[in-house]
Amino acid sequence: MATVTFDHVTKKYGEVVAVDDFTLQIQDGEFMVFVGPSGCGKTTSLRMIAGLEDITTGTLAIGDKVVNDIPPKDRDIAMVFQSYALYPHMSVFDNLAFGLKLRKVDKKEIDRRVKEAAETIQLTNLLQRKPKELSGGQRQRVALGRAIVREPAVFLMDEPLSNLDAKLRVQTRAEIARLHQRLKTTIVYVTHDQVEAMTMGQRIAVMSQAKLQQVGPPQELYDHPANKFVAGFIGSPSMNFLPVELSGSGETAVLRTDGLQIPLPSHYRSAVGAVTGGRFVIGIRPEHLDVAPLSGPSTTVQARADVVEYLGNEELLHVEIAGTDVVAVVSADRRVRPDDVLTVHLPLDKMHLFDAETELNLPRSAA
Amino acid sequence: MDPRLVTAIIVVVGVPAVLVGYIWLTEQALRLLGQRLRPRLRPWLWLAPALAFLAVFLVYPTIGTFVRSLQNKAGTDFAGLDNYAWFFGNDSSLIALRNSLIWLVVLTAITVGIGLLVALFVDRVRYETVAKSVIFVPLAISMVAASVIWTFMYDYRTPPDPQVGTLNALLGTAGIAPVAWVQVSDFAFNTILLVIVMAWMWTGFAMVILSAALKGINPELLEAARVDGATEAQVFRRITLPLLAPTIAVVTTTMIITALKAFDIVYVMTSGNFDTQVVAFQMIRQLYDFGNPGRASAIAVILLLAIIPVMAINIRRFRAQEAIR
Repeated sequence: MATVTFDHVTKKYGEVVAVDDFTLQIQDGEFMVFVGPSGCGKTTSLRMIAGLEDITTGTLAIGDKVVNDIPPKDRDIAMVFQSYALYPHMSVFDNLAFGLKLRKVDKKEIDRRVKEAAETIQLTNLLQRKPKELSGGQRQRVALGRAIVREPAVFLMDEPLSNLDAKLRVQTRAEIARLHQRLKTTIVYVTHDQVEAMTMGQRIAVMSQAKLQQVGPPQELYDHPANKFVAGFIGSPSMNFLPVELSGSGETAVLRTDGLQIPLPSHYRSAVGAVTGGRFVIGIRPEHLDVAPLSGPSTTVQARADVVEYLGNEELLHVEIAGTDVVAVVSADRRVRPDDVLTVHLPLDKMHLFDAETELNLPRSAA
Repeated sequence: MDPRLVTAIIVVVGVPAVLVGYIWLTEQALRLLGQRLRPRLRPWLWLAPALAFLAVFLVYPTIGTFVRSLQNKAGTDFAGLDNYAWFFGNDSSLIALRNSLIWLVVLTAITVGIGLLVALFVDRVRYETVAKSVIFVPLAISMVAASVIWTFMYDYRTPPDPQVGTLNALLGTAGIAPVAWVQVSDFAFNTILLVIVMAWMWTGFAMVILSAALKGINPELLEAARVDGATEAQVFRRITLPLLAPTIAVVTTTMIITALKAFDIVYVMTSGNFDTQVVAFQMIRQLYDFGNPGRASAIAVILLLAIIPVMAINIRRFRAQEAIR
């Protein structure tokens, strides 16, 4: 068990910066998820923990030991690869035992630990098989087993579910979460899938363009995204964005765009004053919009339903507001049809306001 | 018209025409047969020309050679196993047998060993393609040309003539007396020198095949082993090498067969003198120099029998590979 600490870590490939000034402390026993679009540096960061990539500048520590120059084999970590990377010429048993044999663990002990791990991942009757004789899901479990059996200080997982079909993925997601609850070992998990990140991570580090955008528990990222990127990346369907301009001031200040005027919520009044230029972006989550009146403070706009996606329990409405395609998730018993003209209710208390220039989420004041 | 031109036209146009005609005829004949018989018979009819060629040009000569190996020099009478007894009973043949064994072991060891080493190294340099091309080029040179090149390398002149051979020139600059390289038969030294010529040609082949196999290994496997706690040497021995094993087996058998066929280099560089003769060389000598087709055939059969187990292992390996693919 150990903490993992990134201290101003940068990774460059020639001129290309893959990870830029990354600072993060992963707690002992924490389930940390690195999430972001492809090429954002999340896998590179994971591989730096593993020791498979050199660190250009900064320091990386596992526990209280700086590991910049320590080879992978001496880092006490185990990794699950996206391709599983099972040794094709070895049986499942030998795949699991490989790391223990290299560490010269006693043969009886190897036997015991492999059997125990095989039970955990339900592979006991497949131990003599070669990887080629296994299904995708079974291979994935062997890859997990190979990590578990080592009893490492930190588990590293690089998109371990991306090669599974949807049903198996949901199942394995729960299995990994259960595994973490039982083992209580630090896990660093990389994925590009925000649903995986939200459901599994105790904390999530959102990365984009080589930079750490925000780190926090799922709820915090959802409720208080630090910037427009995080706001759009976390949550499904994605947050709606409307570019607006500020006019007026004090009580009468409004956010204005084509055919739409939204009174500036009072808790943003002090924050907008610090922004020059007066250009902002409103962010509203699809699930916070409705075609029925809302309980909190709200404003309304008339809009025509463009496409209606029926999902059984709910509907995804695509409506056009101020020239932008806006998605609303509403209860399926609203029974909206394409071309219906609707009154869409926008909640003012759940609305986010971003500086159009810096894309940062503006702070709310208590008042 | 020139009769040679006529022959050429007949071959170029006639052979495909005959084949097409054969297929057309068999298809016509198949129509006359019942629905049940047709699919069973068709593959055999299509295979028949190839089988016929194999029978005429491979099976028949093999049987003929075997029969001839049991006959006397003039081919007038059967001599039992006399030709075989002769082969295993005279010094010259036994030296040839020993030399062929040296060829087989040393050539395979050098080509596979150095080929693998180079494949591993070029995998890590930027100028990989250039390096690979340079090492591969000698394979494009004919055996005879290669022999001539290396004759200059090993050349020896009786002093006080100036030494033009590369090796002796080098010795000369160091003030050491010249050596008649290919005449030194102690510990089969000269045979090994000849093997080096073949190895120079074939190492590139081994390297290219092994390098391709090396690139086929998923790099995540090696990373997984490193994370699992393996040193670079352990990664190589426990992951890379086992995964390369099928390819190494293929290259090894190819080299064994090449070694058993060795003849040209010996013929050009030493004419089989100084105890450098090999089995294939003995065969040619019996056939042309001594006019003894019986003995030559016996040697041919011995060579064939020597290659069969190698081929059998190769084919079995190939099947095993296919099964887990």
